[in-house]
Amino acid sequence: MRIGIVCPYSWDVPGGVQFHIRDLAEHLIGLGHQVSVLAPADDDTPLPGYVVSAGRAVPVPYNGSVARLNFGFLSAARVRRWLHDGAFDVIHIHEPASPSLGLLSCWAAQGPIVATFHTSNPRSRAMIAAYPILQPALEKISARIAVSEYARRTLVEHLGGDAVVIPNGVDVDFFAKAEPKPEWQGEGARSSFEGGGGRREDSAAARRASVEGGGGRREDSAAARRASVEGGGGRREGETIGFIGRIDEPRKGLPTLMRALPKILQARPKTRLLVAGRGDEEEAVDALPESMRDRVEFLGMVSDEDKARMLRSVDLYVAPNTGGESFGIILVEAMSAGAPVLASDLDAFRQVLDGGAAGELFPVEDADALAASAVRLLGDRERLAELRELGSRHVRRFDWSTVGAEILSVYEMVTDGAASVAPDERTGLRARLGLARD
Amino acid sequence: MTFTLIWIAAAIILLGIYLSWTAGRLDRLHARIDAARAALDAQLLRRASVAQELATSGILDPAASIVLYQTAHAARQAEDEQREVAESELSQTLRAVFAEPDTVQAVREAPGGPEAVGELTAAVRRTPMARRFHNDAVRAARALRRQRAVRWFRLAGHAPFPLAFEMDDEPPQALTAEGVSR
Repeated sequence: MRIGIVCPYSWDVPGGVQFHIRDLAEHLIGLGHQVSVLAPADDDTPLPGYVVSAGRAVPVPYNGSVARLNFGFLSAARVRRWLHDGAFDVIHIHEPASPSLGLLSCWAAQGPIVATFHTSNPRSRAMIAAYPILQPALEKISARIAVSEYARRTLVEHLGGDAVVIPNGVDVDFFAKAEPKPEWQGEGARSSFEGGGGRREDSAAARRASVEGGGGRREDSAAARRASVEGGGGRREGETIGFIGRIDEPRKGLPTLMRALPKILQARPKTRLLVAGRGDEEEAVDALPESMRDRVEFLGMVSDEDKARMLRSVDLYVAPNTGGESFGIILVEAMSAGAPVLASDLDAFRQVLDGGAAGELFPVEDADALAASAVRLLGDRERLAELRELGSRHVRRFDWSTVGAEILSVYEMVTDGAASVAPDERTGLRARLGLARD
Repeated sequence: MTFTLIWIAAAIILLGIYLSWTAGRLDRLHARIDAARAALDAQLLRRASVAQELATSGILDPAASIVLYQTAHAARQAEDEQREVAESELSQTLRAVFAEPDTVQAVREAPGGPEAVGELTAAVRRTPMARRFHNDAVRAARALRRQRAVRWFRLAGHAPFPLAFEMDDEPPQALTAEGVSR
């Protein structure tokens, strides 16, 4: 099948939608399909062979933050050319309602169109105002996909119509087979991996190497000092708690976790918190008493491999997000790696955790409840083991083999008996009057 | 005088363009409904056929076989007016027959069983999908056909007012992606 995928956000900026599209494209190529991804990217960014650049995205304030979007005649022309050259059997547009490539391709194409809605924004005035513009474009979509029941509900409320729910995919085995790192492990349940003598130094160096720019780079001397204090042993006493996400993005919820930490440390003083993500580390620990600050370890930005290893190592993964999540891929990744999950009770998270059966939930932004649950879980080896088991089984539903097959069956359903995708010649007044130049 | 005429002519041309564009939209929506309806038909037929195959395979117990055969047959033969009811009954029967994960396991162990289970799983997953795509197209067409310009100028022509396909399409728990991992 010839499949065209439209990515609305800059390929060179990391983000959930971009990763989803990358993994989907690679999964489909692995199955022998021909895939082309149209994405905004600087012309000098190195791109994988299957990505076609739609030009540079322009940063504009949109929806409360600065989004990098593509619009204008140049982008529209590139979309048309891509559609024309690709001769796709089906195109898959991501975020068709965002004023970027998604919407442009929706306007420009005709034929079997599949669209995935990722975000679940509260109803905005801009959306209501844009409704008459969006509707003629959106009604060309033959099949709509929402990434969660929550995203589907938003879609139904804002735009009407309906969508099928197909969750985001994760390469479960990549996480399940990652090797734990001894110094990220606590003395929790996992005993299969014993750290050796000189390991600590190596991995500390490796970790420093993986820290990329961003806010407060970790002091080398501090790391060296700590390494010498602990005498290069592998695993240390006490359990480890993991957190992954932007440090300076309050919606990721690190402040809530920091408020809960003193209580956790009171009950279990040897617990360590591992934080992976960009942001100002000094500011993050500001609220903590001086004596507790060394219980928090910042790993900076980590590579995919290190992320998997970290999730494999920790005794508990905490997701204290305060909102704005429509899916929660990180929870799926944590479960894939066999980390027990404690997450805030957001709609999206509850759904990913199978209503709370595959992981534990606490009320959003409730630091006391978070602390109580964490202390209880860390002290209950059996429950942790049970959560690992439940999570690993539940997460198979999100593996690319399942998710990819469902997306493919949607493609098959819309292409059966339909003509292939072509540029829509009927859209513009100019085209109508025969003035359009292609 | 000529000025007024020019204005009127311009207004008529603009209206004409708008109407032609709207008619184009409507035409595309009707085509989309036809395609979605064909896809839904195909999925429903596929589901009924797999159910009937399983019913006659001798893997299931005799009572379950008869019930399943009966509803699958009725779903395939139903007239248009009875179709929604007949298909809903097939969904209910499938849920009753495959209520136990053990039944699914038993079918899987029979020769040719894994394929049959795979086909049935795909069919009960794709039926609700096809129905949502169909009803989504119907909703969009109805919204457009309710617009005043469309009604006054009869842009929809003689095309019948599109109707949603309403049925119970809840799949058996043991045959869903969530159920398998349980």
